[in-house]
Amino acid sequence: MSCSSCKIETPKEYGVGAVKIALAGQPNVGKSMLINAMSGGNRVKVGNFSGVTVDKMEVCFEHHCHLFDLIDLPGTYSIDGFTKEEKVARDFLLNGEYDLILNVVDATNLQRNLLLTTELLELNKKMVLALNMMDEAEADGIKIDKEQLEKILGVKVVFVSAKRGEGIDELLDTMHEIAESSQRAHSRLIYSDPLEEEIIKVRKFLDEKGFSYRDWTNREVAIGLLFEQEKLYKELHDNPIMIELYPMIREALEHIYTHHETKDIKEIRANEHAAIARGVALEVVQQNQAPNSLTLTQKIDSILLNKYLGIPIFLFMMWALFWLTFEFGNIPMEYIDAAITAFGDFVGGYIVDDEIRSLIVDGIIAGVGAVLLFLPNIVILYIGIALLETTGYMSRVAFLLDGFFHKFGLHGKSFIPLVTGFGCTVPAYMAARTLKSEKDRLITLFILGFMSCGARLPVYVLFTGAFFSEAVAGNMLFLIYILGALIGLVMAKLLRIFVFKGEDEPFVMEMPKYRLPSFKLIWHTVYSNAASYLKKAGTFILLASVLIWFASNYPKNESIVEEYSKKIELAKSKEEKEKLVLKLQAKELESSYLGQIGKFSEPFFAPLGFDWRLSVALESGLAAKEVIVSTLGVLYSIGKVDQTSSSLKETLAKNLNIPTALSFIVFVMLYLPCFAASSVFTKEAGGFKYFVYLFLFTTTTAWLLSFITYRVALAIFGS
Amino acid sequence: MIIIIIFKIMLENGVCLKLSELKKHQEARVVRVDAEGELKQRLASFGLIRGAIVKIIDCSIRKSTIEIMVDNTLLALRKQEAEKIEVEKI
Ligand SMILES: Nc1nc2c(ncn2[C@@H]2O[C@H](COP(=O)(O)OP(=O)(O)O)[C@@H](O)[C@H]2O)c(=O)[nH]1
Repeated sequence: MSCSSCKIETPKEYGVGAVKIALAGQPNVGKSMLINAMSGGNRVKVGNFSGVTVDKMEVCFEHHCHLFDLIDLPGTYSIDGFTKEEKVARDFLLNGEYDLILNVVDATNLQRNLLLTTELLELNKKMVLALNMMDEAEADGIKIDKEQLEKILGVKVVFVSAKRGEGIDELLDTMHEIAESSQRAHSRLIYSDPLEEEIIKVRKFLDEKGFSYRDWTNREVAIGLLFEQEKLYKELHDNPIMIELYPMIREALEHIYTHHETKDIKEIRANEHAAIARGVALEVVQQNQAPNSLTLTQKIDSILLNKYLGIPIFLFMMWALFWLTFEFGNIPMEYIDAAITAFGDFVGGYIVDDEIRSLIVDGIIAGVGAVLLFLPNIVILYIGIALLETTGYMSRVAFLLDGFFHKFGLHGKSFIPLVTGFGCTVPAYMAARTLKSEKDRLITLFILGFMSCGARLPVYVLFTGAFFSEAVAGNMLFLIYILGALIGLVMAKLLRIFVFKGEDEPFVMEMPKYRLPSFKLIWHTVYSNAASYLKKAGTFILLASVLIWFASNYPKNESIVEEYSKKIELAKSKEEKEKLVLKLQAKELESSYLGQIGKFSEPFFAPLGFDWRLSVALESGLAAKEVIVSTLGVLYSIGKVDQTSSSLKETLAKNLNIPTALSFIVFVMLYLPCFAASSVFTKEAGGFKYFVYLFLFTTTTAWLLSFITYRVALAIFGS
Repeated sequence: MIIIIIFKIMLENGVCLKLSELKKHQEARVVRVDAEGELKQRLASFGLIRGAIVKIIDCSIRKSTIEIMVDNTLLALRKQEAEKIEVEKI
């Protein structure tokens, strides 16, 4: 697709002289996939439930030596509505700068998609219609008369299949051509007779007055006026012609109201659009049999949404996902662990200087290695979530669970951000934007942190692995996730009762057709997530590891070292010597910066059974949860009893008891999300004060429940 | 007498039925959407307006959510929303 002769050298050149395209379409029409197909490189996340893309997103690429700059707008069923996405899309379409609108449409469901198309046509911008999913339409025996469709709508139509990469070249060429052309094609939509009558009256008047507005025809102005387009009124406000227009429009509207038996112009507009969509579909779509894909979807639904089977199937799938994450992830983990240890020893052998060796082996390799170890688990978890998303099962789960969620003051749709939260809390916070009611959204935002994100998995795997047998550990992991979710639900109910009282958001959502997951899509999501995890390990966590290493090694307390080295020299038996060396190391750690911080906060954590090391790990985990493990890696490798390389897991098992481990797991499960997530939360919730609430809310919950866990576990297991 | 007969016919044809009262696999035409602003707009954006043909596909436990089909689109509604849609059987 790209032509090497004009390869773009620097990203700076992006956007200069490019064709700027606003990409609009309803959810699940394959917008993201089409972007991937057009840009060649896979640059956008693609998913199969409403509202994966909540923000505008920009992608630049070249084709036949032309630059394209795509602005991906959130998928919306309409641009008139009240949701955040709809507002984002509408604002950009009305006020943003772009050359043309690319309206992506699902060819297998033309009629409903046309509801948005008609709204877009009334914006009077250059537009190209891409009929996506043509492969599926063909398989369903759907025939679409392209010429007729172009004639009725007045815009260019291109058949594409994002999945097969068909029609992409034609689409790009068409867009380029339309963008370059000096003329804009005008929409040829025909409304109901009563409305048409009034349109003609207003248009005639405008013609007589020799009125003109932008590149609009007077017919387009008349339609805009009658449908009460706010922006048009604002701009015409000071125009003297309005004095004569107002009474005319008022009268016209009266006529329209009587015909439609309502005074709600929005409703009238919706009815008109629905009638047009129905008419157009009737005229251009030829379909002989019931669409196979839809029949199949209904068949699958009759099993997956079955009254008795639906929920057990769902629970089984969730359980399977977590089981796989642990069991399968464990296999490569052992090798990675061994490799990292061997690598550390190997590198250490070549470094003469003690300080530098400690920095590299104990600091960098131990810290980053501890994080790398969990890559397999994270990859499996992401594959699972991506599968749920792209097949369309996620919406079914919302359907199944709404009754249950509703009892806790949540919305069935909250399920989507909540499940995303098991992957990473950052996109989860953003996915909560699909919730329309502010209260539903805030409640969901507040409890999202209780859904254990992928970065916390390493902590759980480490601790369950250290303290429980392999068979128990897998189930423990499942239990941890369930427990976090349950606590989240209870908290949601409490928030609903005491903080966010009021009306619920209506539950109206599309159930997309089941689609076989595309390998490319899944690979892409998993790859980009894994890559960002690794990138974090390579940059942020590397830095944090060095910092923690430094803080745990400095300041050097010379007097202690001297005192002990004398004692060690004087020691008679070998045993005594070893004891003294250990004591020295412990003393050195305690007097380090890290030790000081840990000591300072120890009283706060002491009732939970945490020593200063665990306290420090928790505090450093505020930067990113993966850092908890790397901190423990550094702290415990320094204070290691012997020089043989025993793994962190074994060290922990030796140093801690079960009640402390359980209490630590509970605290990690519930306390404040990482720095990145917290800042997204602050932005999404709408202010710093919400962050303060979140901090107090999560810290209190975490502390109290950890305390209870610790005491109960002490009573059961003893210390 | 006549009034009673008309009333009976109306009842049998289910003139004053709510969408939530339909059974699985039943089809009906929307007569009225008794909603305001936001909800009305939302339903309309899915094509759920007067005259639309709907079919019940599935219900979740205790009918708390209902899956319907409108013009080849599968939609999920909560019972409370379905109660606001008046339909007639066809
Ligand atoms: N058969 C077929 N499926 C497609 C095509 N384009 C996208 N899909 C599938 O449609 C689903 C939704 O696509 P996505 O790009 O996430 O839609 P978006 O919500 O509009 O961004 C995914 O499961 C894709 O695999 C296509 O051209 N043909």
